Amino acid sequence: MDLNIFWFVLMGVLLIGYAVLDGFDLGVGILHLFVKKDEERRILMNSIGPLWDGNEVWLVTFGGAMFAAFPHVYATAFSGFYLPFIFLLFALIFRAVSMEFRSKQENPRWRKAWDVSFTVASTLASFLFGVAVGNVMIGLPIGADMNFQGTVLDLLGPYPLLIGVFAVATFAMHGSIYLYLKTEGDLQKRIHRWMWTTFGIFLVLYIFSTMATLVSLPSAVTNFRDVPWAWVVVVLNVLAIANIPRAIYVGRPGYAFISSTATIAALTFLFGFALFPNMIVSSIDPAYNLTIYNAASSQKTLGIMRWIAILGMPFVLSYTIAIYWIFRGKTTLGKFSY
Amino acid sequence: MDLDVLFLSRFQFALTIMFHYLFPPLSIGLGVIMVVTEGMYLKTKNRQYESMARFWTKVFAVVFAMGVATGIVMEFEFGTNWATYSRYVGDVFGSPLAAEGIFAFFLESGFLAILVFGWDRVSPRVHFFSTVMVSLGSMFSAVWIVVANSWQQTPAGFHIVGEGMMARAEITDFWAMVFNPSSVDRLVHTLIGSFILGAFFVMSITAYYILRNRHLEMAKQSFTIALVIGVISSLAALVSGHVQANTVAVTQPAKLAAFEGHFRTGPGDMYLFGIPDAEEERVRLGLAIPGGLSFLIHNDFSTPVTGLDQYAPEDRPPLQIPFQSYHIMISLGMYFIFITLLAAFFRWRGTLFDKRWLLWVFVFSIIGPYISNQAGWIAAEVGRQPWIVQDLLRTSDALSKSVAAGEVLTSIILFTVIYLFLFAIWLYIMNEKIKTGPEDVSALAGAGAEGGMIETISTRTGTGGPSLTSSRGDEHAGSNGPGNSDSPADSERGKEEK
Ligand code: HDD
Ligand code: HEM
Ligand code: HEM
Repeated sequence: MDLNIFWFVLMGVLLIGYAVLDGFDLGVGILHLFVKKDEERRILMNSIGPLWDGNEVWLVTFGGAMFAAFPHVYATAFSGFYLPFIFLLFALIFRAVSMEFRSKQENPRWRKAWDVSFTVASTLASFLFGVAVGNVMIGLPIGADMNFQGTVLDLLGPYPLLIGVFAVATFAMHGSIYLYLKTEGDLQKRIHRWMWTTFGIFLVLYIFSTMATLVSLPSAVTNFRDVPWAWVVVVLNVLAIANIPRAIYVGRPGYAFISSTATIAALTFLFGFALFPNMIVSSIDPAYNLTIYNAASSQKTLGIMRWIAILGMPFVLSYTIAIYWIFRGKTTLGKFSY
Repeated sequence: MDLDVLFLSRFQFALTIMFHYLFPPLSIGLGVIMVVTEGMYLKTKNRQYESMARFWTKVFAVVFAMGVATGIVMEFEFGTNWATYSRYVGDVFGSPLAAEGIFAFFLESGFLAILVFGWDRVSPRVHFFSTVMVSLGSMFSAVWIVVANSWQQTPAGFHIVGEGMMARAEITDFWAMVFNPSSVDRLVHTLIGSFILGAFFVMSITAYYILRNRHLEMAKQSFTIALVIGVISSLAALVSGHVQANTVAVTQPAKLAAFEGHFRTGPGDMYLFGIPDAEEERVRLGLAIPGGLSFLIHNDFSTPVTGLDQYAPEDRPPLQIPFQSYHIMISLGMYFIFITLLAAFFRWRGTLFDKRWLLWVFVFSIIGPYISNQAGWIAAEVGRQPWIVQDLLRTSDALSKSVAAGEVLTSIILFTVIYLFLFAIWLYIMNEKIKTGPEDVSALAGAGAEGGMIETISTRTGTGGPSLTSSRGDEHAGSNGPGNSDSPADSERGKEEK
């Protein structure tokens, strides 16, 4: 396979890994304030306690891989998204420390403050991810020198904002199903209702965003002409979404979780598929698009990096699986919990 | 692009990296301490070591979380503030950064989960293995990031393609890039600096316990372990620093000249302190060993050393900051050697723990390694100026073109506020943790009339072997001793928390 395509695909894999894994722990964060009792809040935090850091590393590695394989995309995107991105970083900082700091004091006001910070940070981070995806979909004012030429306000159009809200809803749904799997008793009963609510919101926003995408971005479907098999993903995506309420209804939450995972994976795939072979589309002139060829590192570097990936990914997957295995089962509070 | 964005971006980078660098060296240093104590516990089954290992793990977790939170900022800051630089070096510089993610961060974050949350989910051996992996992982990440930084100092294994503003470096030889002239030296030195910090951190806390007559046995044991690490690494810092200075003399002579305020090519003096004066081209109020610099580099007091006069004014590094920070680092290094040797001598005589004044000195000495670690980086980074990549790309050409001064200023203000706030809370929490201290051995023993960690696990699995398969949360809840009870009242207690 062409090395540039290989790296585009691998970036996609990292992004899917991140969206699926951090997706549920961001979702738990979004929902955190909906439980009131301290003990239950602790259960929510501890359900992701051992996992969130590893999940976030998918993002870090995505960033590193982008720097190495597509330095121009790395440079253009992050300097272009400057302020939103800085806020995203703040959100990620606060998420991390909220979990770590909350349990260290008993004072209810202390705990309350970190609870709020945890939810706000998780929601803001999810929203900004969505906004970024939305902007990349509709294209940015990129000039001939590959630099962003707009202002912050250009990044806050209606379409990106819609995708931002959609991302929050998607992660909230994903997170609620995850929580259902990790809890028991009365708490679990309440979370059962959340699954329905979040699914409902998700579904409405899914329909809206799909329509908005088709209306404002007819180019998003051009690639289907060349690669018709990609319709399979669309069909699977719809089936997966339909399976979520079915699985909840028949009491198979495990399947619901697999389905929401598949949904997120499929949406991320379609995002990449719609872009390909561009990585950042210029709204000024298509000639200024950053593609997987003009924005990439040299073939030599891509080749070396392929070896790094081939050597590294099996390790990454085995740690991930091992950790999920060790911390499987219902979340209980113990001596070592947050 | 005006000067403001340049100044502000540099300020922001310095702020965020220096804040980040408060945590990594402590993670690396404490990692070693954890491996040693937990290893001792496995070997001797002595509860003292168990309580020590658990205590250092708790402290480690708080340090680590801050390291992660501030590290994510660094990962993307090259893109946000230094876009031109990223385009220029991405081909070369990106691969170590990606390798860091794949090889180091996944390792660290995965095993950290077991380390912190897994005491009663996995067998002691698996837990020990995880401790070793976390410690190795934190060193690996130092490897890759220092390789990347060293390439900026002493670029190798690349060629330049394109011209003018479109020029960029491309890899020609990966291993030459990785093993560029300074990477090994600098990695060794950085790790040693971290070990020193870890050792002084432990000595500071345990000296305090001894003075306060608390956790005496565990404190004395920990102090001794840390003292051994402290003596060895302080001596090693001198040796490796010397090797490094020799490399710098060859690869970045302007930097070395700035370190020593060496203006005119000729025999070089070695200053103990002083104030370099760029206008008059001399060092004021200084005390120097004549020919010392020449001796250091060439083993001869009169061999000429390249001075700043060999460089056009616009290619000279600033003087004051590199000079002072370099000298602070070295003076502190000497102090570490002196104080650890002194303590080792008393320890050998068996009188160390009666010398209250010396213990007090250790309580406050923790600040030293923090300063010298920061000073070392400041010397190395500012001494490289005006280049961001030595002799290839100027810092002033490396900025993001699409970012306005106002945006950078906004982010600096926010970073400053947030970092100060987090730092205050972090200090407060660390202080609480330290005041609470480790669990007493009697409490641990009480935790299991059935026993501590090892016994609990072995009664549970029947074999004492790895219990990966029977470690479901619901099971462990039942098998814990009364002290580990999961009743909310019990686990609510502040000191019981992770
Ligand atoms: C000498 C060591 C060293 C140095 C110079 C740096 N770091 Fe660091 N970094 C570490 C040693 C480290 C560590 C020990 O591995 C940390 C600190 C504590 C921790 O959690 O891991 C870490 C954490 C950490 C993380 C979070 C990883 C995670 O989520 O688990 C990121 C993204 C970075 N760093 C990135 C950087 C960048 C881009 C740097 C340069 C500008 C940098 N670090 C300098
Ligand atoms: C963790 C330890 C580090 C510390 C304490 C540190 C310190 C500093 C300081 C003080 C500056 C500002 C210099 C000035 O403005 O004159 C700076 C700049 C910089 N450093 Fe480092 N640095 C560290 C590690 C790194 C690493 C690992 C890299 C690269 C991988 C790096 C790359 C840079 C860059 C790109 C700049 C900005 C340009 C500049 O002002 O020189 N630094 N650093
Ligand atoms: C005792 C004598 C010491 C000597 C002669 C020495 C020498 C040096 C030199 C020459 C550099 C600059 C390297 C470069 O720019 O490439 C350096 C950097 C540095 N030093 Fe030291 N050092 C000493 C002690 C220490 C101590 C005690 C610490 C920390 C506890 C420390 C921490 C650092 C760090 C973190 C750097 C920056 C990273 C690097 O460039 O390797 N040094 N040192």
